[in-house]
Amino acid sequence: MPEQLKRLFPLFAIFIIIFLIIRHLLIPDTFGLYGHYRGDALKDNANIELVYASKEACIECHSDIREMLEMDEHSDISCLSCHGPGLEHVENPETANIEKPGSREFCGRCHAINPARSTNMIIQVDIKEHHAEKKDCIDCHNPHQVWEIKE
Amino acid sequence: MLSQVEGYIYPNEIALQWGILIVLYPYITGLVAGAFIMASLERVFNVTVLKPTYELALLTALAFLICAPLPLISHLGHPGRAYEIMITPNKGSAMAIFGFVYLWYLMVVLLLEIWFDYRRDFVIWSREKTGLMKWVYRVLTLGMSDISPAALKWDIKLGNIITVVGIPSAFLLHGYVGFIFGSIKANPWWSTVMMPVIFLFSAMVSGIALVMLLYMIVSYLRKVKIDMPCLDTIGKFLFYALIIDFSLESLDQIHRIYEAEESFDILHMLVSGKLYITLFGMQILFGMVIPMIGLGILQVAKIKENIRKIILLITGILVLNGIFFMRWNVVIGGQLFSKSFHGFTSFKLGLIGTEGLFMAIAWLLLPFAVLAFLLWLMPPWKKMNSE
Amino acid sequence: MGNKGIKSSRRKFVKKTAAIAGTLVASSLIEPFKLLVYATEEPKDEGPWWGVGIDISKCIGCGLCAKSCKIENNVPEDPFFFRSWVEQYTVYNDGTVKVVSPNGGIDGFNQEEDKENIFKTFFVPKMCNQCAKSPCTQVCPVGATFETPEGITLVDSEHCIGCSYCVQACPYGCRYIHPESIVADKCTLCYHRLTKGIAPACMEVCPTGARIYGNLRDPESELVKYMKNNSYQVLKPNLNTGSKLYYNALSAEVI
Ligand code: HEC
Ligand code: HEC
Ligand code: HEC
Ligand code: HEC
Repeated sequence: MPEQLKRLFPLFAIFIIIFLIIRHLLIPDTFGLYGHYRGDALKDNANIELVYASKEACIECHSDIREMLEMDEHSDISCLSCHGPGLEHVENPETANIEKPGSREFCGRCHAINPARSTNMIIQVDIKEHHAEKKDCIDCHNPHQVWEIKE
Repeated sequence: MLSQVEGYIYPNEIALQWGILIVLYPYITGLVAGAFIMASLERVFNVTVLKPTYELALLTALAFLICAPLPLISHLGHPGRAYEIMITPNKGSAMAIFGFVYLWYLMVVLLLEIWFDYRRDFVIWSREKTGLMKWVYRVLTLGMSDISPAALKWDIKLGNIITVVGIPSAFLLHGYVGFIFGSIKANPWWSTVMMPVIFLFSAMVSGIALVMLLYMIVSYLRKVKIDMPCLDTIGKFLFYALIIDFSLESLDQIHRIYEAEESFDILHMLVSGKLYITLFGMQILFGMVIPMIGLGILQVAKIKENIRKIILLITGILVLNGIFFMRWNVVIGGQLFSKSFHGFTSFKLGLIGTEGLFMAIAWLLLPFAVLAFLLWLMPPWKKMNSE
Repeated sequence: MGNKGIKSSRRKFVKKTAAIAGTLVASSLIEPFKLLVYATEEPKDEGPWWGVGIDISKCIGCGLCAKSCKIENNVPEDPFFFRSWVEQYTVYNDGTVKVVSPNGGIDGFNQEEDKENIFKTFFVPKMCNQCAKSPCTQVCPVGATFETPEGITLVDSEHCIGCSYCVQACPYGCRYIHPESIVADKCTLCYHRLTKGIAPACMEVCPTGARIYGNLRDPESELVKYMKNNSYQVLKPNLNTGSKLYYNALSAEVI
């Protein structure tokens, strides 16, 4: 073997060994546990805090409204669709910390006229014209009992 | 920001993910591969007229290779985590192989070839010099100070082996950079099997042009006469490489036009709109057609030496500029249109900041500084065998 | 002599073809065609294998899915970052197609009355397709984005280097670089909710049941029933991403 290679081989060997040692030290603990990724990443992702409560969370305390809603046209709609995240409220119900949107704009999200909305799915009204004598939709409609019209 | 949108694009597509730094990355890597192939031409195919540029090409390749990953790393969201590419490389990812291809190319190909080529000179210089430099050269010999003819023969033999290994490695290095783009099936502007080949030949074009220019500049600075047969030969190779590159790129585009897949309309709008100047002007007209005409004339007509030099100088600059815009059109162009094929976003190059023009210029100048250092440390013209 | 040779070789050929055809038929009996998602890779695990169904004919474009997604997942408020958004397609009588998604549909869509010129119009909610053959996980250089055993593509924000390659590779534009953590971010199908047995936020708030999710391995799941009863389609099927987001009533204009 020529002298050159006698110098180079040990150098390369040292280089590779150092690389392997560094690699061993730096590789995350759970890497490769389930696949080519950090196993703990599953836990990290699963441990993210919830913001939205679950649908069922409200029934416990608001069974009256639930029952009222169940009989209604709005029965398929989750409480969360209108009231927002709600988890904060579930954990701390005494304070008024939940949305109660009843504006024309809000109801219009679903009910405003748009040709892309199938009329089978939703009855649409002109949110600017429809009974414009009152300001908000909930001034007449009870959101949980839509046909109970207030005068 | 929303005003820069035309038509409909997916909402996440407004800002370009890859800016000018990623344009530089294939550009610089291409220069490395090109310069190395240029050097290998001389060695493997024994094109002796190119001898004056052999070491220069090698050192150019080394200088640019050292700088190649820097813009890439600085572009990352977490540059501090860049090492993970080596620690937990994902076998399926073209980008993950970068670390290894890079190391292979740097350690096994370039450094070794240069070491075998310079070892005798390191030994001689370490004997001639005094003080610190003596020790620097001594370290560079790796403690092997035997310069008997038998040992030198081995240098040449091993160097030849490395060169033979080096050519496919250079192809790999840059073909693979093309693959990074060519393998993205989501992007019809990138996704073509031709991409690695096109990148390879454009790399050769740019590398040859760069070595040619550097040779002229270095000769001018050293106030020595340019070796005209050498320069003419480089010009000839540049001409051939340009023709191949041009044909390949035309083939790719013709194929695209003829097949006219679902993405054709948006790409048509792209090249005739946002990319019009950089593609047809900078890349094709100034970067290819005019240099090809210039070099073509040199191949057939007898022209005075001084004018030949000027033509070569201008074509060299035009070609380097053209290849830069080729990278630009690929990288930036590929992100200007929406993957919904319904609209465009736009790109504004800032002046300052890590993604700005000044930073890009700095990254581009850095390899030249490194090259200057290398030329000072191991000047090819002070080598034993050079005249 | 020669004739005989030909004959016997022909007989051999016939026999061989019959044998091959026989095995083909037999094996296709043993192994019936799999659902689109299983086309190449059959998941080996037990446990759920999540997929999503979106029924375009049911969507009324309220945008609550997009809104709840941003709130639930700490997605930046700017209109350039979305894990889930809603597009409105309008095809006019002259054949032109207009696509809009004002702020991703988060604030709902405007009231529109002009029906005259419209050939047809519909909403298309978009989100991560949870591909079984994800182009995005394929390109990640460090294994920071990956598919979980449940078939959900996640990002490991501790490990991601922020190279944006996955953003480039996603054909559906569902990824972005989070401006605060500067790592890739995307829909997780609310992995943190699913693992607790709670529906993803967007499914929770959908008023019409246009969005459903379910276990593709469970023949009784809502999603499998939906797939049985509807002529579903995935986006960009030509890219063979193994998308597990099945649209019903998907029109050809949608891309
Ligand atoms: C732990 C029991 C509890 C649960 C669970 C609960 N709430 Fe309440 N909620 C209350 C109480 C108590 C009040 C009355 C507080 C008050 O009057 O200020 C209330 C009040 C409200 C109000 C009226 C607030 C106001 O400003 O007038 C709304 C709206 C509401 N809840 C919605 C919900 C929704 C939606 C959920 C499900 C996510 C829910 N609640 C779950 C206990 C609960
Ligand atoms: C269509 C939207 C909508 C849905 C669905 C809905 N709410 Fe409401 N809710 C409202 C609005 C709007 C108000 C405010 C009414 C008012 O101020 O007169 C309200 C008020 C309330 C209140 C305050 C007390 C009251 O009766 O005014 C409670 C408690 C409440 N909702 C609970 C619920 C629960 C629990 C559900 C789910 C079972 C639910 N809501 C579903 C829109 C909705
Ligand atoms: C999240 C979407 C959504 C919101 C917000 C919403 N609705 Fe509805 N609404 C529906 C759906 C869905 C139906 C059921 C339509 C059906 O079954 O035909 C409905 C039905 C109704 C009906 C009965 C129409 C009929 O079928 O006779 C009325 C009235 C109504 N909503 C009023 C309101 C009012 C007032 C508000 C605002 C407080 C409101 N809605 C907010 C989705 C919504
Ligand atoms: C002044 C009281 C009043 C207000 C305010 C009001 N409505 Fe009504 N709404 C009614 C009455 C009364 C009806 C019964 C049918 C009719 O008169 O159109 C009705 C009917 C409806 C219907 C059923 C229409 C149909 O064709 O069956 C819907 C949906 C509806 N309202 C939604 C809304 C929405 C959304 C708003 C807010 C933009 C709203 N309403 C505001 C009184 C009101």
